Amino acid sequence: MLQLRDVSKRFGGVVATDKVTLDVAQGEVHALIGPNGAGKTTLIGQISGSLGVDSGTIRFLDADVTRLKQHERVKAGLARSYQITSIFKRFSVLDNLALAVQARSGSSFSFWHPVAKEAGLFDEARTIADQMGLSEKTGALAATLAHGEQRALEVGLALATRPKLVLLDEPMAGMGPEESQRMIALIGRIRSNVTVLLVEHDMDAVFRLADRLTVLVNGRVIASGKPDHIRSHPEVRRAYLGDEVAA
Amino acid sequence: MKRTLSVVILLLAFPLAMQWLGYLFYVSFASRVMIYAIAATSLNLVLGYGGMLSFGHAAFVGAGAYVASILVAEGIASAWIGWPAAIAVSALLAWIIGAISLRTRGVYFIMITLAFAQMMFYLVNSMKAYGGDEGLTLPKRADLGFGLDLGNELVFYYVVLALLMLCLYALHRVVHSRFGRVVVAIRENEARVEAIGLPVYRYQLVCFVIAGAAGGLAGALLASHGKYVNPNVLHWVQSGTLMIMVILGGVGRLWGGVIGAAVLLGLEHLIADHPIPWLVQLAPNYQQHANLGVGIVLLVIVLFAPQGIAGLLKRRRGAPA
Repeated sequence: MLQLRDVSKRFGGVVATDKVTLDVAQGEVHALIGPNGAGKTTLIGQISGSLGVDSGTIRFLDADVTRLKQHERVKAGLARSYQITSIFKRFSVLDNLALAVQARSGSSFSFWHPVAKEAGLFDEARTIADQMGLSEKTGALAATLAHGEQRALEVGLALATRPKLVLLDEPMAGMGPEESQRMIALIGRIRSNVTVLLVEHDMDAVFRLADRLTVLVNGRVIASGKPDHIRSHPEVRRAYLGDEVAA
Repeated sequence: MKRTLSVVILLLAFPLAMQWLGYLFYVSFASRVMIYAIAATSLNLVLGYGGMLSFGHAAFVGAGAYVASILVAEGIASAWIGWPAAIAVSALLAWIIGAISLRTRGVYFIMITLAFAQMMFYLVNSMKAYGGDEGLTLPKRADLGFGLDLGNELVFYYVVLALLMLCLYALHRVVHSRFGRVVVAIRENEARVEAIGLPVYRYQLVCFVIAGAAGGLAGALLASHGKYVNPNVLHWVQSGTLMIMVILGGVGRLWGGVIGAAVLLGLEHLIADHPIPWLVQLAPNYQQHANLGVGIVLLVIVLFAPQGIAGLLKRRRGAPA
């Protein structure tokens, strides 16, 4: 579904991603792990289109999307969520989600008809809010939500675009254990209709969800494969997992 | 809704009352305020709703003023030609300036819009055929036809009032439409709008063009009102004045531009034409420094009412902002 070939990016003298080759198959949850500064978020930016590639190609659904703009990739079914929550804070939860639904359905170059009268948008937004566990909060301003709820909205915005592949950049960042469990359950539910590329530090979550993993260290892929393969990979253990998994 | 209705009724009755009292000057003054209100409202769409800090809005007002004036000077006095032409040229100009400026952000956007407006300022300064730096005096206001004489202050007032109401209604519709939601969302979080699949640049450009077009209409009216236009209408000070009106009145508030224009021009008029005796004794030529007073008011608003006067009025009613 998604194929990266030798994708690189440097910022001045710093190599953020270094000839990354990666395949995400349809229907899988593919985890991208690696220590801080490994280039995971840069890679997500390059796949989603907010960052360019210095060299290499990105193919999505058998089309070369390397030069497509981010909004064009979203239209093709490739959406992302952010590690640092990026929502419309002064909009209500429902308006946040309705905007994302609006972006996908029909033209937004409509200047006269009140959007509030488009029941379809808000019905779908409400469905997504339910799915995200935010049904009690639809009227609340996004800024007033608790951290975990904002993270849920963050992921909800990505899902509202009805992606075929969703890039989740540390969806559980800063979440308490209970909220994390809820997010893990959510990803477990959506995986039946959406392919997921998951960046996550919570190894418990990663090994519960992932069909396959790719390990990124200093911008390079050092291993890729099934969870058992990664767990026992000597280089991965040394570079990253340490005792966490051995225990 | 009730309040809007009472404001409209007040505005409808105002010139009749002034005529009855014999203060026809104030009808003309109110027309000028409403023209500036249209200009400030158009800037508010870009600045307040769109979050684009355009410091060159006078370029569009000025282009509209010059297009309409040149047509009148060339013998094409019909408002039905002059005003749409002013709107079209300003829209085109906004499209060109916007297409380039909107590729930049932050301070660069402010500077590049300012630079374009100043370029326009020097361009009309050099148009010797149309008065150059001395400006262009028109023989009369535009012709509206239908037996309506725009030379009559009352007729002119009602035409401007109708156009202002049209602009406000259009702004109200636009900001609540799909397009308007996107524009406001871009102000709130540009990266996220792109990430949900909307081309930010295109929406900003269309928004910029709509505002430029409305600015052009204000310019055409301004030229007709004074039967005179000079390059200062494009000067950066004019862009600054429009910005101050928006900030005073209320950034991203429907009535922000109207309130800002009324307060700023009203204040200027009060300071210049109604000397305060004790202040004259204290500072004999304080009236030549009207901007100082305006500056103090602006400072107070920015510090204590960042939502402008419109926001202040709303809060006092107890409604959520």
